Amino acid sequence: MASLIAELTWLLTLTRSHLIARRYFVVNGFDGALTMLGLLVGFYVSDEVKLPVVISACLGVAIALGMSGISSAYISEAAEKRRELRELEKAMVTDLRHSAHGRAARLLPVVIALVNGIAPLAISLVILLPLWAVPLLKPLALRPLESAFVLALIIIFLLGVYLGRISHTFWLWAGLRTLFVAAVTTAFIFALSPE
Amino acid sequence: MVQIKRIVLDVLKPHNPNALDFTTAIAEKVPGCRIKLTVAAMDEKTETVLLMIEGENVPYRAITEVISSLGGSIHSIDEVDVENGPVDTEPA
Repeated sequence: MASLIAELTWLLTLTRSHLIARRYFVVNGFDGALTMLGLLVGFYVSDEVKLPVVISACLGVAIALGMSGISSAYISEAAEKRRELRELEKAMVTDLRHSAHGRAARLLPVVIALVNGIAPLAISLVILLPLWAVPLLKPLALRPLESAFVLALIIIFLLGVYLGRISHTFWLWAGLRTLFVAAVTTAFIFALSPE
Repeated sequence: MVQIKRIVLDVLKPHNPNALDFTTAIAEKVPGCRIKLTVAAMDEKTETVLLMIEGENVPYRAITEVISSLGGSIHSIDEVDVENGPVDTEPA
């Protein structure tokens, strides 16, 4: 297991694919967080929706986001890596199937697909935690939907902070920027709700 | 016993791994050897490098295997120093 991780780390560095994986993690993670936020706000404005319905709907969307992330990234990355390998083989005038580049072309699409799929799924599940932890929230006088909404905002802010660290910009500004997107999304849902 | 003391190889390799990672990966497989890499020519996707490896007994086969696994291919052996061990003298 340790050798597989070492091999994957080496291949990610070799092909500079760790940058792609990081980008996918942030983009699809943000996608998952914002989708959950939208669902939660939608349920909040529609009122009278029972918690099990909210959980089932959000869980369904989270799983769909995960599956969509895995399949779409695998298809596109596998094609991209195959093309890169063919071009390199042409330049090198040799067969690179058994080289590190060949292994990277076979293994890395799977890794990138998993990152792309697990990021929105994991983030969505974290946001949904307050909905499952209702008995724990009751003594604290916290309401599950509102708690999940706040948790979504925190995660969206943290994703912004992470993006700020990557781009070497001020972390607070980067976090506030993603939070602004969440606020606009929430405002739209409230504005467009039928009542 | 014939031992390779020094060998200079003309190698075509992709840009990645870069010169440092490339030589480090080779050095990990050939302990006790000193490696020097010089970039001779650069292309859009490839580069030609001169790889000088010195040691008490340079394991040529192991080096070719590492170079292949890193996506490189040996174009030619440009220089080589080989030494035969001292002749065994039988006691009189």
